[in-house]
Amino acid sequence: MTRNPAANREQFRPENHPNDHFILTTVVGSYPKPKWLNRARDLHHGELEVKAADRASDEPRGSFDIDVDFDEGNWQEAKDDASRLITNEHERAGLDAVVDGEMRRNEMVEYFAERIAGYEFHGPVKVWGHNYFDKPSVVSEVEYDEPWLVDEFEFTNDVAQRPVKVPITGPYTLANWSFNEHYDDEAELAFALAELVNLEVEKLVEAGARYIQIDEPALATTPDDHAIVGECLEYITDGIPEDVRIGLHVCYGDYSRIYPEILDFPIDEFDVELCNGDYDQLDVFTEHEFTADLALGVVDAHTAEVEPVEDIVENVQRGFEVVPPEQLTVSPDCGLKLLPRDIAYGKMENMVTATRQLEAALDRGEVDLSGVAARADD
Amino acid sequence: MTELVATTTGLFPLPDWAKSELADLKGHQKDDLVSGDEPPAVVDQYDRARSEVVARQQEAGLDRIVEGQLRWDDILAHPLAVAENVETRGIVRYYDNNNFYREPVVTGDLSPTGDLAADLEAADVPAEELQAVIPGPYTLADLATDDHYGEEFLDAITEFLVGEVEQFPEHATLLVLEPSLVEEPPGDGADERASEAIDRVVGASAAESVVYPFYGALSEKMHAHLLDADVDAVGYDFVTDHEDNLYNINEYGTTDSVALGFLEGQNTNVESPDLLRQRVEWVEENTPAATFERAYVLPNTETFYLPTERFEAKLDALGALTRPEEVEA
Repeated sequence: MTRNPAANREQFRPENHPNDHFILTTVVGSYPKPKWLNRARDLHHGELEVKAADRASDEPRGSFDIDVDFDEGNWQEAKDDASRLITNEHERAGLDAVVDGEMRRNEMVEYFAERIAGYEFHGPVKVWGHNYFDKPSVVSEVEYDEPWLVDEFEFTNDVAQRPVKVPITGPYTLANWSFNEHYDDEAELAFALAELVNLEVEKLVEAGARYIQIDEPALATTPDDHAIVGECLEYITDGIPEDVRIGLHVCYGDYSRIYPEILDFPIDEFDVELCNGDYDQLDVFTEHEFTADLALGVVDAHTAEVEPVEDIVENVQRGFEVVPPEQLTVSPDCGLKLLPRDIAYGKMENMVTATRQLEAALDRGEVDLSGVAARADD
Repeated sequence: MTELVATTTGLFPLPDWAKSELADLKGHQKDDLVSGDEPPAVVDQYDRARSEVVARQQEAGLDRIVEGQLRWDDILAHPLAVAENVETRGIVRYYDNNNFYREPVVTGDLSPTGDLAADLEAADVPAEELQAVIPGPYTLADLATDDHYGEEFLDAITEFLVGEVEQFPEHATLLVLEPSLVEEPPGDGADERASEAIDRVVGASAAESVVYPFYGALSEKMHAHLLDADVDAVGYDFVTDHEDNLYNINEYGTTDSVALGFLEGQNTNVESPDLLRQRVEWVEENTPAATFERAYVLPNTETFYLPTERFEAKLDALGALTRPEEVEA
C-alpha cells in the first residue's frame, strides 16, 4: 500500500516560502545538456572527425592535427561544471526540489547497464527514425559492481541550496529495455535488478538523499506487468525510512490499465504525464480515492513553446480534481532533455510562477476545491 | 521430408555506418523521415546500404533474399507514409514495443506509389531468390487512421496494396506480415473481411505467398478464416507462443507449406543451426497429422530490433540451417 507521504513532504517547503499553501514543484530529471558539454565529451572520446563541409568552409576553425590535450580529469571537470550549472539553473527557476539535469548520464538504461556486472553491449538499436540507443544484453547474473549515483548525489547536494531529488531507472525498465539472454523470464531479471536498486537506494539514503524517484516508463508499454513492478518496489523500498520520499514516474501510456493497481505500490508519490494528452486521462484517477501524492505533469515536455503562466495555472488546478493541494506536486510531463535549453528553462520558470500564484489564491480562499470535497464525501 | 527455406521477415537494421551517416544527412525529427522524395545524397546512402545487406544475405547463404526495407522509417506503416493524400502526424507507439512511427492519416483517395517496387528493382536480386515483404491489408489499415473512407477503409487499403504488388518485379515469394491480426484481433465479420482482403492482395502476385501473423498466435476463428484465403503458406510465431500455434495447426490443419518463426527477432541470443533444426523437428513431431511440403524458417518478428552484429550472426545461423555441408567445410 501507499507509504506515508505526509511524513516527508514538509521538508521540501523552503524556509522563505511565501504562501501558507505549499504545492511542491520539481522536475522529472533530465535537462538539455549545454552544447559545450557534448563537445567536451567528443574531445574526451577522441571523436574529431571533420566533415567535408568543414574542410570546404572558409570560416576559421581549430586544427585537429594536434594533441587536443583533454584527459579524464578535464572531462570530469566539465561534468562537474555542467552539474553545478544546471542545478543552479533549476534553483533560479525557483523549483523546490532540484536535479542536476542528469548531466553525467548518457541515457537512462545504458548509464546503469554500464555499471552493472552481467551486461554487455552489442551496438545501437532503433527507437524511432534515426534515434537509437545502445540496448544492452544481460548475458550472466547481474551483480552490483560499482556505485551508480552516490557521487552524482553528493556533488549535487553539495552545490545545491535546495533539496535534491534523485531519479533512478527502475528495475522493470532496466529489464524490459534490455535483451535478456540469461534469466528464464523478464520478471526474474527484474527482481534480480530490484535487489541492486535497493542497494543503491540504501547507499543514497545513507549519503543523505531524501527524495528518490523510480522511473518506470516501460510500465506504459506493458501495463499487464504492473504486479511485477509492484513486487520490485517492495524490494526497493524494503527498509527505507518514512522520511525518505519515494516517487514513481510513468509516462506515455494507457493509465486505466495500471490504476487503481498502483495504489497498492509502496510509494509516496505517483508522477504521471497528462499535459501531453490535455488531461484526457485524468478521469482514470478520480474513480478511486488517490491515496498517494499526485505529481502532475503541467507542462508538455515535447512542444518547443513555453506555456503561458495562465495556462499552467489551469493545468495545476486540474490536479485538484484528483487530490487536495496538500497532496499535489507539479512537474513537467517528462524529462526536458530534448528541448532547446531556453525553452526548458522558460517552462520551469512559468511552472513555478503559476504554482506560487495559485497557492496565494488558495490562501485567499479564491480557488474552488469542490471537486476534491465531493470526492472526500464519497 | 519437408524442404526448408531459410529466409527473413525483412525490415532490417541499418548497417551501423548508415545509422550515423543517415542521421547526419536527414536529422532526428519527425519531419526528417523518409517521404518518398529523398535528396540524391540520401538515396545514394540507401543504395549503398541496400547492396550491402543483399550481399550479406547471399554470403550467409539464405534461400530467399529481401531488399531489407532500410528506408522504412515508419516500419510497417511505410507504404502509406510515402503515399499522396496521407498526412504523417505525431509519433505513436508501434505495438507493445519501445518503438515509434509517424501516424499516417488518410485524408483523400489513395493511389499506389511504386515506392516498394522501386526498392525491389534496386536490390538487383535474381527473380528465383527475390522475396518481397509487405504489410498485410489488415495490419496497414490498423496502423493508419482513416479520415476519408469510412467503412470502405480496408477495401481502399487492399486496393492500394494490390496496386503496389502489381508493379513488383518478378519475385519468388511474397511475404505478407500481419501482426495486427494477433495484436488487435478483428471481431466477428471483420475476421472474414481481413481474410478476403489478404486473398486479394496475394492474388496480385504470381509468386508463392506466405502470410505471417506474429507477436503471438491467432484466435482459432481468425486462423480458420485465414485458411480460407488462397495462401500458399501460413506462418506461426513459435517464439512468442508455441502452445496456441501448435493447437491451431493440430485442431484446424494448415496450408501445405508453412512458415516457422523460430529465431528470436527481439533477443541478441544467437541460435545455433542445430537448435533451429531441433525446433523444426519438434514441430514435425508435435503435428502428427500434418505434413509440410516446404517450411520457411524465419525470425519471429521484424529484425530492426537487433544490433547489426547480432542480426548478421543470426543470418549466418539461418543460412547454415539449409546449407549444413558448407558450415562443416
